[in-house]
Amino acid sequence: MYAQMVKSEASTDDPALLAAFQARIDAGEKIEPKEWMPEAYRKTLIRQIGQHAHSEIVGQLPEGNWITRAPTLERKAILLAKVQDEAGHGLYLYCAAETLGVSRDDLTEQLLSGRMKYSSIFNYPTLTWADIGAVGWLVDGAAIMNQVPLQRTSFGPYSRAMIRICKEESFHQRQGYDLMRAMATGTAEQKAMAQDALNRFWYPSLMMFGPSDKDSIHSTQSMAWRIKINTNDELRQKFVDQTVPQAQYLGLTIPDENLKWNEEKQGWDFSEPDWSEFYEVLKGNGPCNTDRMEARQRAWRDGEWFREGLMAHARKSAARRVAAE
Amino acid sequence: MSSEWPLWEVFIRGQHGLNHRHVGSLHAPDAELAIRHARDVYTRRNEGVSIWVVPSAQITASSPSEKGPLFEPANDKVYRHPTFYDIPDEVGHM
Repeated sequence: MYAQMVKSEASTDDPALLAAFQARIDAGEKIEPKEWMPEAYRKTLIRQIGQHAHSEIVGQLPEGNWITRAPTLERKAILLAKVQDEAGHGLYLYCAAETLGVSRDDLTEQLLSGRMKYSSIFNYPTLTWADIGAVGWLVDGAAIMNQVPLQRTSFGPYSRAMIRICKEESFHQRQGYDLMRAMATGTAEQKAMAQDALNRFWYPSLMMFGPSDKDSIHSTQSMAWRIKINTNDELRQKFVDQTVPQAQYLGLTIPDENLKWNEEKQGWDFSEPDWSEFYEVLKGNGPCNTDRMEARQRAWRDGEWFREGLMAHARKSAARRVAAE
Repeated sequence: MSSEWPLWEVFIRGQHGLNHRHVGSLHAPDAELAIRHARDVYTRRNEGVSIWVVPSAQITASSPSEKGPLFEPANDKVYRHPTFYDIPDEVGHM
């Protein structure tokens, strides 16, 4: 999930307005930007959509790492297209967040200063080419689990951004699986690389859904507002059930000794990831947190003269047009 | 972080002759670059053959509180729809 552990705000608005608002959501109506909404709904959504957008942007870094080293021209073109999509997804989401009254620069500043987070998964390195396959297959696969139900979220602009994203995301997961398949049916060494990538990305992918939130008040509020549709555990289970047969098809082994089919629940039993590792990564102590933040800060800093130059040019051209009229 | 690029609303006309349709928004320093950005952000998969961009600040929108007075009067004018009228089968397609 690209938005993890989003805290909801407590509502301080007029109870009558809150009840009317909740009734609209329960009736399946979409909430649009200029309509009345509880301040807490607005703030929680800014946090959630913002974190989601930041994840799309930072998520370009681990994959961008392999663009120049893709093994064939075709794989390179595919990877370029995928990374470009991630930039696009970030932009759709930033625009959705901006309709709630936060500015783009403000969101960027909050990412760069560390006040807003991005998904824990992007703090893991992509060490081999097989990792690019694992990212598409597992990371995008996990993201889709969350994004498909969010197409029905209550906030109109968020829902519309999700619909666009989901249309494009399926290509991401498929190209990842296709890459893994090429590796898994290649030489023994290539298959070993595929297995190694699965070993390293399996638990971080399970962490993407966040810790169990069945007793969380934030989760209950967000679900009532329909900005969260399923619990973290539901989505994680769904992801495991979907992924295990895909791994089996590739002849790869999920790195979990406790993985066992449970006839009664018609799903797989599996081990929890190491949650202390998850909290460490969130705190900034993952393998790549420092690199990722530095890369974003550098990009923003290095682009400053260019952004300002284009603005200066736009102002000058506009003044010239006025003078000519 | 001094000069944020202004916001533009993007409209795309698809291949099949339909109207330009609002698809989203983006930031750009001027109209020309707004078109270029719109092409990258909103037409990566043949979604369109024509792009319009409009500064968001130039859009005037109806207010949510006007929803009733503006749109409810149409609710009770069912006779504006063809299905209001019974046409005998003998007359054929109409």
